[in-house]
Amino acid sequence: MEHTQRRPAGVARASSGLMDGLQRWLPKLVVAPTFILVGIGIYGYMLWTGVLSFTNSSFLPSYDFVGLAQYAKLMESERWLVASRNLAIFGGLFIGICLLIGVVLAIFLDQRIRQEGAIRTIYLYPMALSMIVTGTVWRWILNPSLGLEKLMHDWGWTSFSFDWLVNSDFAIYTIVMAAVWQASGFVMALFLAGLRGVDPSIIRAARVDGASLPVIYWKIILPSLRPVFFSSVMVLAHIAIKSFDLVMAMTSGGPGYSTDLPAVFMYAHTFTRGQMGLGSASAMLMLGAILALLVPYLYSELREKRHD
Amino acid sequence: MNTFKRNLTALAVSAALMPTAAVQAGEVEVLHWWTAGGEARAAAALKEMMEEQGHSWKDFAVAGGGGEAAMTVLKTRAVSGNPPAAAQIKGLDIREWAELGFLTSLDSVAESENWDQLIPPMISDVMKYEGDYVAVPVNVHRVNWLWVNPKVMEDVGVEVPTTLDEFFEVADKLKAEGYIPLAHGGQPWQDATVFDAVALAELGPDDYRKAFVDHDMDVINSEKMEEVFSQFARVMSYVDDDAAGRDWNTATGMVIRGEAAMQIMGDWAKGEFTAAELTPGEDYLCAPAPGTEGQFTFNVDSFAMFSLSEEEDIKAQKDLARTILEPEFQTLFNQNKGSIPVRTDMDMENFDTCAQASMDTFKSSAEDGGLVPSFSHGLATTSYIQGQIFDVVTNFVNSSNPDAAKTTDQLAAAIQSAM
Repeated sequence: MEHTQRRPAGVARASSGLMDGLQRWLPKLVVAPTFILVGIGIYGYMLWTGVLSFTNSSFLPSYDFVGLAQYAKLMESERWLVASRNLAIFGGLFIGICLLIGVVLAIFLDQRIRQEGAIRTIYLYPMALSMIVTGTVWRWILNPSLGLEKLMHDWGWTSFSFDWLVNSDFAIYTIVMAAVWQASGFVMALFLAGLRGVDPSIIRAARVDGASLPVIYWKIILPSLRPVFFSSVMVLAHIAIKSFDLVMAMTSGGPGYSTDLPAVFMYAHTFTRGQMGLGSASAMLMLGAILALLVPYLYSELREKRHD
Repeated sequence: MNTFKRNLTALAVSAALMPTAAVQAGEVEVLHWWTAGGEARAAAALKEMMEEQGHSWKDFAVAGGGGEAAMTVLKTRAVSGNPPAAAQIKGLDIREWAELGFLTSLDSVAESENWDQLIPPMISDVMKYEGDYVAVPVNVHRVNWLWVNPKVMEDVGVEVPTTLDEFFEVADKLKAEGYIPLAHGGQPWQDATVFDAVALAELGPDDYRKAFVDHDMDVINSEKMEEVFSQFARVMSYVDDDAAGRDWNTATGMVIRGEAAMQIMGDWAKGEFTAAELTPGEDYLCAPAPGTEGQFTFNVDSFAMFSLSEEEDIKAQKDLARTILEPEFQTLFNQNKGSIPVRTDMDMENFDTCAQASMDTFKSSAEDGGLVPSFSHGLATTSYIQGQIFDVVTNFVNSSNPDAAKTTDQLAAAIQSAM
């Protein structure tokens, strides 16, 4: 009896040692496949794209290195310049307008109004749609012969004209409209969460000191939301740089190539024109643009963490 | 890539040298994007014909009209050493695939079937790499067609224009009566298709070939090209304002409904008229694009044949190549697709009048040099140069103050940088 009683205890001790080891190793084991996949699938291919951007790869990868020739070609390409300029216009307006609308909506919603939940859902809802759906719907709305312009004409306002979608000088602004419609509700949600996190006693103290509500928001609350502001810019900048589906659905880069964004340029050259080297070079420049935003952000974030 | 190519060639040679004793049924895997309407019916017919010969058919259809998705899949398959037997590749892309050593020679079939006699040399040149057939042409599309709604023309009291000057005259009258003179979709390839027709009319076949096939800078950067651009701008001024992004078949629909009078488009547009149950010659007219009478811009669909390793599969692949060019399939396929057969010895009795007219011009232009490859559809130049020309052309069309002289310089610079 004694003997048999002792054995389970020994087994338990051994297995608890095993469990300890497992417990130490389990987290690493669990995340290992993810790390390997991310390592190969993201960073590995990023490196490969970098390598390809220095070769003269046409429609299949080749390893004839040509130095910076693809980058030089890119800089001379009129279409790339249009795409970069469009990104500046689109990114600047998209981020700016989204932030403005998002902050204003969040402040309005923060006034303890009735039916806040329902209204919040309505504003946030566009985020649930894919960019393809948004793009298609806005294409229909803005198409002069189907949408808004026709509606106004049918209602009798025949001098009404809104042809930005088919006008190569203004088409990029229609993309901004659709993107703002889609993303400003999301920014609102971020700011609303931030506003709710502000300590009410600060506001009460400011009230006691006689500050008006706009001053309280402008001088006290919004400055305290700096981290929210930064995260919103990060997310929006990221959406702007990789924006592809919205343009494809709304204009396919047209009229002409007037609404090309770098991502559209990259796709067209790598996959339809058989210019993998040039496409890779443009992809590397896009990566560079994202890093230029990301590195200072991460740096400031991590530095703040150290100070805490 | 060179060792890869050598290995593949070695493989192909050893496969070809193997004794042909075992006559077993092989499998052909065919990559295509004929997934809708008449095209799908045509593909099904080819499948049946192959199965009658005892081979099994593995369909590798990747939807998406332009075939971009299909090309991506094909590249992956080819690089991993597992290509399909045949893939729908056209124009100069055939040469690029052949250069990488992926394609197999079809000379044994070509010799026994006498392809050199059946196919005009302009077209067989595109199918050959270093003198060997590596692809089979399926059909010939004529790109320089003008599609006309005769009721609209009658209403305004004008005739179908045969020159660009007549076109402008007719278009002015149509515009005055409230019709859209030219139906068009503002997509780069459609802009280029119209440009293609105007360039042929202005330059003539010889200079067209020099500019878009040989890229002779004396023609590209010349006053003649400036003239092409300014005439092109004038043609495009008769398009309505909402054309941006419109699909070609929507534009054809405008002609069918009588909102617009004419459209410059290849003969695949006929499918739309047929689907609307209209009769050529009565409900709609097909005429050569203004100023290109007797000339023929061709766009040829083809199957490139990949190097395979299994003896039976190679046999099946050769049978496929032979079947594609047989009169039976040529008739059936082209009646469904709106194009004309590649073989010039075919009986055209069962085809409609547009196809018959197309065939007549095809034969006569092959004799007198009026037959030119269409640059806007990838038959004249590589996809990169083609893309560069598209950029210049579409930018010109959409610019708020088009400048023909400046655009000519841009065209020359763009082609030069891509060469």
